[in-house]
Amino acid sequence: MRDFFKYTGQFVFFLLVAAFIGYFSNQPVYQQTPDGMAQIKLSFAHGAARKVDCRKLSSKEIAQLPANERRPNTCARERVPVHVQLVLDGELLYDAQLQATGLSRDGPARTYQKLIVPAGPHTIIARLRDTRRDTGFDYEAERQVMLKPFQNLAIDFKADTGGFQFR
Amino acid sequence: MNMARLVLRRGFDLTEGVLGRVFPPAWNPMLNLGALGFFFYWIITVSGIYVYIFFDTGVDNAYASIEYITHEQWYLAGIMRSFHRYASDALIVVMMLHLLREFARDRYRGVRWFSWVTGVPIMVMVFVAGISGYWLVWDKLAQYIAIVSTEWLDMLPIFGEPIARNFMSPDALESRFFTLMIFMHIAIPLIALAILWIHLQRVAKPRINPPRGLAYSVFVALIALSLAHPALSQAPADLAVVPGNVGLDWFYLPLFPLLETLPGSLTWGMSACLLVIMIAMPWLPPLKRARPAAVDLANCNGCARCFHDCPYNAIAMVARSDDTAFEREPVVNPDFCVSCGLCAGACPTSMPFRRLSALSPGIDLPDRTMAQLRDLTEKAARSLTGTQRIMVFGCDSGPDLAAVSSASVGVVPLVCIGQLPPTFIDYVLSRNLADGVLLTGCRENSCNARSGIEWTNNRLAGERDPNLRARVPRDRLRTAWVGATGGRHLRDALETLARELNDADDYVRPALAAKCPPAAREAVDA
Repeated sequence: MRDFFKYTGQFVFFLLVAAFIGYFSNQPVYQQTPDGMAQIKLSFAHGAARKVDCRKLSSKEIAQLPANERRPNTCARERVPVHVQLVLDGELLYDAQLQATGLSRDGPARTYQKLIVPAGPHTIIARLRDTRRDTGFDYEAERQVMLKPFQNLAIDFKADTGGFQFR
Repeated sequence: MNMARLVLRRGFDLTEGVLGRVFPPAWNPMLNLGALGFFFYWIITVSGIYVYIFFDTGVDNAYASIEYITHEQWYLAGIMRSFHRYASDALIVVMMLHLLREFARDRYRGVRWFSWVTGVPIMVMVFVAGISGYWLVWDKLAQYIAIVSTEWLDMLPIFGEPIARNFMSPDALESRFFTLMIFMHIAIPLIALAILWIHLQRVAKPRINPPRGLAYSVFVALIALSLAHPALSQAPADLAVVPGNVGLDWFYLPLFPLLETLPGSLTWGMSACLLVIMIAMPWLPPLKRARPAAVDLANCNGCARCFHDCPYNAIAMVARSDDTAFEREPVVNPDFCVSCGLCAGACPTSMPFRRLSALSPGIDLPDRTMAQLRDLTEKAARSLTGTQRIMVFGCDSGPDLAAVSSASVGVVPLVCIGQLPPTFIDYVLSRNLADGVLLTGCRENSCNARSGIEWTNNRLAGERDPNLRARVPRDRLRTAWVGATGGRHLRDALETLARELNDADDYVRPALAAKCPPAAREAVDA
């Protein structure tokens, strides 16, 4: 009888452990995005214009350079910040001045934003300024989209292919 | 810290006690956590190799190949996949319990810092290996893990372009990420295995395999779980939609929801702090440790019993440095010695009968010497009265000895029960210091100094030097391996022994030597 209880106890122990592992290996379900919502993901890495224009070197200046470093122009490394805006149905959803990366601020400006919005029809306007101008934008794109629940709308930016890309 | 340790210790004591009622001592799962961890590691390795044969490493076909494994070849590859998943989860469970148990038993400070500190990277690697494995299925869960992991990594200002941009949209993803993940999923466990080897370097004869019966039982439980609740993929990954509702593996991914909701500086800061605290724990605060065992060459014949019995590889046998004819002598490495006294208990010169010369064994604990132990024994004996006088030898990690001390029960505390040379039992009974002897300590298979109970049992059974002499009446000797919470069981054992002593045959004690010490004579007279 004593052995029976021991074996039963061992069986119950392994049953409980197996149930514990089996359950928590994929339950309870985690809701990452609320029902009825969709996601707009805005991300790009873009190098803006230089803060100061390149300047032509005089022949005297060129002559003073080491032979292997002689070039017609000289350029300051620093780039202006990229100003980006995302407008959803007339409301400003994202507005940022993205500093150029790198110790000398000469790298691309980067952003990676996840914006959770209600599913349904929307008008999206994306704007970007990457030059030294103080007002206005260098790129602007407007799209009418129908976002389904849980849809992920990616907005990328590539200057050499025309600007904003909606995917 | 002490309060947390005490609460946890109490919890482990209770759990081990409950499991001790249904499992034999050698099978108790709570006392085989490290060995079970190794067992799960091998199951993961074998099942992983088999599943890998059918796995397509390209991003386009990874999901389909896993579906084939799960549904087409469910009878073997599918079970192997479930094995792989559930053994990985079980590994997390036993690893975390192992960590908490060593913390609760205060076996991570002092010279034990090495095993603790080397265990920290293993823990991190097990998590990283598991998370990278989930990535390979490339289902909705994999998509969630990939995005959250890379977004979290991107919070470190070290990457030129956000890695998470690789998961922006379906056309952004390339198979090279899978190649990297597979490399990580295979390389990291191998590195962890190498560190596991280092982790065990300061442990003599580590138990890396669970008892066969326990291993079979765990294996059968895993098969039953794999058949009843096979591991399945979730919907295939689709970067055009967000994962939405995800079935998380809460053993590996409990912090993922926090990673995506809390600021990166906070999560990285907390992770770094946790890692630093984990590594620094053996010195928070440092253990006030007893002095390590010391060798007295004048009383050492180089028999090497201490060397064989040390559970922590703290003793090395080297060429003799004095002028005696013996070949070798033990040398104690103070950085490895936990001052458990097992070496002194193994020393044949730990002989309480010695009176002509001082009781100074070849190896002894400077803070708890054999001479002090004999004095304590004789002092305890002097206060005993009645006809069922019992002397209890118990270790510091065992039940509360003071609670059972009485006019008929004397108690002698030891660092570990393995510190007690069997000659002390002979001494107590033959010198009429008590009518019976009871040895108590940690729960069997759970000795705080790893081998104290095993060596003691072997010595009593005549299977390990120094043996208990044949002349010692076994019916006057009992053991009770009941653990710190086993006070009631200890009292039961004492009552049983007292009853048995009442019914036991008369013990004709060996004649006292002429030079018997006054203390012993007084005890005999009493």
